[in-house]
Amino acid sequence: MKVAVIGVGTTNFGENWDVNLRQLAIEAGTKAILDAGIRGRDLDAIYLGNMSAGRFIGQEHVAAMVSGELGLSIPAMRIEGACASGGLALRQGLLSILSGQHDIILVGGAEKMTDLMTDGVTSSLMGAGDQEWEAYYGVTFPSLYAMIARRHMFEFGTTREQLAKVAVKNHHNGSLNPIAQFRKEITIKDVLNSPMVADPLTLFDCSPITDGAATLILCKEELAKKYTDDPVYIIGCGQASDTLALHDRRSLTTLDATVKAAKDAYKQASITVKDVDLAEVHDCFTIAEIVATEDLGFCKKGEGGKLLDEGETEIEGRIPVNTSGGLKAVGHPVGATGVKQAVEIVLQLRGQADKRQVKDAKIGLTHNVGGSGATAVVHIFSR
Amino acid sequence: MGHESSVPLFWRLIKPRYQLIGTKCKTCGNVFYPPKYLCPVCRKEGKLEDTKLKRTGKILTFSIVRSAPTGFEKEVPYPVAIIELDDGPRLTSQIVDWKEGDLKIGRRVEACFRRIYTDGKEGIINYGLKFRPV
Repeated sequence: MKVAVIGVGTTNFGENWDVNLRQLAIEAGTKAILDAGIRGRDLDAIYLGNMSAGRFIGQEHVAAMVSGELGLSIPAMRIEGACASGGLALRQGLLSILSGQHDIILVGGAEKMTDLMTDGVTSSLMGAGDQEWEAYYGVTFPSLYAMIARRHMFEFGTTREQLAKVAVKNHHNGSLNPIAQFRKEITIKDVLNSPMVADPLTLFDCSPITDGAATLILCKEELAKKYTDDPVYIIGCGQASDTLALHDRRSLTTLDATVKAAKDAYKQASITVKDVDLAEVHDCFTIAEIVATEDLGFCKKGEGGKLLDEGETEIEGRIPVNTSGGLKAVGHPVGATGVKQAVEIVLQLRGQADKRQVKDAKIGLTHNVGGSGATAVVHIFSR
Repeated sequence: MGHESSVPLFWRLIKPRYQLIGTKCKTCGNVFYPPKYLCPVCRKEGKLEDTKLKRTGKILTFSIVRSAPTGFEKEVPYPVAIIELDDGPRLTSQIVDWKEGDLKIGRRVEACFRRIYTDGKEGIINYGLKFRPV
C-alpha cells in the first residue's frame, strides 16, 4: 500500500494567546494547500484530529467549523483518540484514500489549550484516562507517567539522569526547530532542579500546554507526480488499543498497544525495525520516550536508558528520535501532535529539515499515543 | 470534574467504591476490580457475579501529585499508587497516614474509608477508599 503526502503545513507551536482555534487550523491548512500546489476545491474531505475543544474552549463540531471557514462543503469529521487524535485522523484519511472513496484529502490536527487555567487543563487531559477509576481519586497524567517511570526504574534500573537526558536531547533538537515552543538548550541539572510535578518527574520531564495546528495533504499514489516531483509515501500503518486505565494493563512498563501497532505497521510496510532511519515518538513525558524506543524495537526492553547514554537517538546517532524536539520541546497541542510528527518526518525525507537534517534519511516512523497507552498508532513513511 | 454533576453519576458506583465489591467470572474464574460489565476474557460465554474483595494488598508503583486537578487543589502534595490487591486485581488510589519510608514498591497497605473530593462549591462530597500502610 502506498498513499502520497504532497503538502505539509504547521503553525508555530506555543502559547498563541492572540489567535483562536479557527485561526490555527486555517493557518496550518492554507500552508499545506499552498505547499501541495493544489486549490481548496481539489479537496474531497477533511479529517481533523482534536481531543478536547469542548473542554478547552467550549466548542464541539470543530471539523465543520474548519470546513466552513475554508468555504468548502465537503465531508469534514473530527477524529478523537485523546493525545493520539492526530495520528488517528491521519489513519482515517489514509483509509479513505485506500478505499477508493477519495482522491485528495486534508488531514489536520489542531488544539487550543491556553484558554483554560492550568487546573482546568490538567482535569481536561485526565479525560484521556479513566474518569471513574483513576481521575476520581485525584490521579493526574504526570502522576500516571511518573508511576510508569518509578516501575521502570525498579524493574530495569533506569536512572533519574537517563530520564533527564530525553529532555536535554529534545530541547537541543527544539533549539534547531523554528516552530518549537522551547528553543533553548537545557542541562541535566536544569531538569533535576526544576519544580517537582509528580515524583520522580519534574517540570522539565513534562511536555508543556500548547496551542498549535498541523496539516498534511494526502493523495492517491497515481496522482502524486502531478503535484510534486518528490512525494513522500506512507507505506505502513498500525493501530491498537488497550485498557483505558493503566492499572488494568498486563504490564506497567510496556505499552502493549505500541508493540502491536508497530508490528502491524512494519509488516504492512514490508520492513523491519532495522530499516527505520529516524522516528518521531510520543514523548509526552521523558519516560514515555524511553518506553517507546523499547516498544518500537530500537533497543531491547529495559535498555532505553542505555540507548540515550550511548547517544544513539541523537540527530547524528544510529536511530535519531524526535529530531523536531518532540512533544517535549515543540509542545503538545494534544490533537495536533500526531500530525505534526508526520510533518517532521516528511520534511526530513524531503531533505528540508535544515539544521536538524538526518543524512540520507529514507524511511521514517511516527508513533502517537493516547492517554497512558490505551491507544497507539504507528505510521511508516518512505521517500 | 469541577462541574457540579447530577447525583446518580456518583451514586451508581457507591457499592464497588465503598465496599470494594468487584466481579468474578464463573466461566474463567478471573476476578475483576474495578467491576466489569462484560467478562473481557470470555465475553458472551462469561458469567459475572459480584464478589467482595479482601481489603489488603501491596504498592506496585507510586507518585506524589504536586500539581492538582480541579477539586484537589487543597490536598497537594498527596501520594497516589497502583495497588495490587491480595485477591489479584489492581487499582489506583491515594496513600494516606504514611510516614517517611512507607512510600516504596512492595509496601503492604489496607483500604480505609475516606473523603475523596467535593464536586464544586455546591456539589456533593465524594467518598471512597484510600489505602494506608499496615
